Amino acid sequence: MDIFIQQIINGLVLGSIYALVALGYTMVYGIMGLINFAHGEVVMIGAMVALTVIKLLANSGLPVFVIILLALAAAAVVCMAVGFSIERIAYRPLRNAPKLAPLITAIGVSIVLQNLAMLIWGRNYHAFPPILPTSAHDVFGATITTLQVAIVLIAALMMAGLIVLIHRTRLGRAMRATSENPSIAQLMGVNINQIISITFIIGSALAAVAGLMVSANYSIAHYYMGFMLGLKAFTAAVLGGIGNIAGAVLGGILLGLIESLGAGYIGDLTGGFLGSHYQDIFAFFVLICVLIFRPSGLVGEKVSERA
Amino acid sequence: MTPSSTLETLRTDKRIVIAATVIIGIALAVLPFIIGSGLGNSWLRILNFALLYIMLALGLNIVVGFAGLLDLGYIAFYAVGAYLYALLASPHFGLHLPVWVIIPAGAALAGIFGALLGAPTLRLRGDYLAIVTLGFGEIVRIFLNNLNAPVNITNGPQGISGIDPIHLGGFTLAKPISLLGFTLPSLHAYYYLFLALALFIVFVTIRLENSRIGRAWVAIREDEIAAKSCGINTRNIKLLAFTMGASFGGVAGGLFAGFQGFVSPESFNLMESVMVLCMVVLGGMGNIPGVILGGILLTILPEIFRHGSGPVQLAIFGKILLDPEALRMLLFGLALIVVMLYRPAGLWPSTTRRREFRGDSTNDELKAGE
Repeated sequence: MDIFIQQIINGLVLGSIYALVALGYTMVYGIMGLINFAHGEVVMIGAMVALTVIKLLANSGLPVFVIILLALAAAAVVCMAVGFSIERIAYRPLRNAPKLAPLITAIGVSIVLQNLAMLIWGRNYHAFPPILPTSAHDVFGATITTLQVAIVLIAALMMAGLIVLIHRTRLGRAMRATSENPSIAQLMGVNINQIISITFIIGSALAAVAGLMVSANYSIAHYYMGFMLGLKAFTAAVLGGIGNIAGAVLGGILLGLIESLGAGYIGDLTGGFLGSHYQDIFAFFVLICVLIFRPSGLVGEKVSERA
Repeated sequence: MTPSSTLETLRTDKRIVIAATVIIGIALAVLPFIIGSGLGNSWLRILNFALLYIMLALGLNIVVGFAGLLDLGYIAFYAVGAYLYALLASPHFGLHLPVWVIIPAGAALAGIFGALLGAPTLRLRGDYLAIVTLGFGEIVRIFLNNLNAPVNITNGPQGISGIDPIHLGGFTLAKPISLLGFTLPSLHAYYYLFLALALFIVFVTIRLENSRIGRAWVAIREDEIAAKSCGINTRNIKLLAFTMGASFGGVAGGLFAGFQGFVSPESFNLMESVMVLCMVVLGGMGNIPGVILGGILLTILPEIFRHGSGPVQLAIFGKILLDPEALRMLLFGLALIVVMLYRPAGLWPSTTRRREFRGDSTNDELKAGE
């Protein structure tokens, strides 16, 4: 039983991170109908920048809390700049182009960011400095670390903040209007270009936070880490219903749970034939099932087929 | 005479067509000797890979270019072909079947996989289809990576080595072939084999393009509902696109395994699918010469960057400042972005797509945003 609870806890932590990244995908898709393939790389950049700052300050004698906050601020600023530039350079000129053109530039951006990171930070894995508290708490026989509690809480706070922003503010209303119908929104006085830029900036800021969380959770960062994470977060967004904010959160957490429970029990279920190293398969399997049986996602409204 | 009508006479005049064919034929025939002696064997290998990628790109072009079904997991079929060859002709299982059996079997098995992928995704289009196919490709790769326990089928991440080279008749292509006092080095022999198969695939796709099936694919790409109401069995025709595209990938995969002598799951990651898709889109979707151009460019460009980035840095800075491998991909990514920004319909688009692209800009919702 405690293994079950342990897997649930791990799944929740993983799921919160997925959800944060998935929000970036879903916001952009909701507004522009575009899969921002480079989003996973933005998360990676966030993790790398945060880690660099933490390494620099690890022996400075500042309180841990301040170091983390500074790292987060640096990562957020860099990621926002990256996200803003991606949209400006790679997507905006192609808004009227055939659907596949922005997909290819997105892939190009992704390759560029990955290799830029390789040039800056090298090919090696970077270990997270051991500055975080490692105290563990006992919950029904399973353990949860302070870090894990913090990840879940911060993710929840950020998501709540985003939902308030989108449903309660003027900016949020403009974003919703743009996603509903860009040309009508513009007629109503919404500056679409600005809204789209802001969407990318917010998504990238969330990605920076997620990046720090991932590297803290696994104690490691690597120039290639964004790729798989991006794919899974995208899966989470689709699972919840892409374009839907609440759906991304739900999808992320569900995917995290499915993954960690699946990896924990697949060995027993298949009599040892498939082991926990098939963990990555669950995301794609879930994705395929969702798209085949319920393409609009769990809470997404019925969308017409996109050509 | 306007330029277009000159071109038209050039195309219709039989003698000119025959002359052009002969010239291109001779050029293709002597190409490996020029490259082999001028640039060395490593470039000859790259040339062979370019031919393999052309086959892959043409296969994917059927699915993406003709039928308009965006497939991001195409490399899975290449993997199926390659692994089938590796399993049936290597010491791994102790099987050494002839090429005549394996390559058609690889095409058939890849075709079956194509149908398996196509059947459940018939209702999906566009981005959603892209993601499902992407997931499919990753699942195949993960299985290849992990099917070494409890029963060792694929030998896991280590891959399968010692694969038999391709034998044709009594000759093995791994060694220089002596025929009538003339010696053909191994890489050249592979070049001619790949060239022959690539030309065959070009021929098949050109014939398909203007056939009943090819027109049905284009009809589905343009408007699926209209195509259906014109009496096209969209289900079968879409499945056919997946199956055919996949079987081309299977053939290329088998050749790859025989040529390389080694396969591992690493060769079949998402980046490879993306690469093939980029060849199709960058070259000009649905246009066969464009796709061939894309295949050649995207195979050779990264290699030029790889070979060029080291010496150029040495010349400018006096030492190697930046990792050439990373720099090569960085430049490649930039090239992708720049080409797409300036030629969103591809380098050599088909006439239909060019027209489509012009039409698109008048009714796009986000047009107002600019």
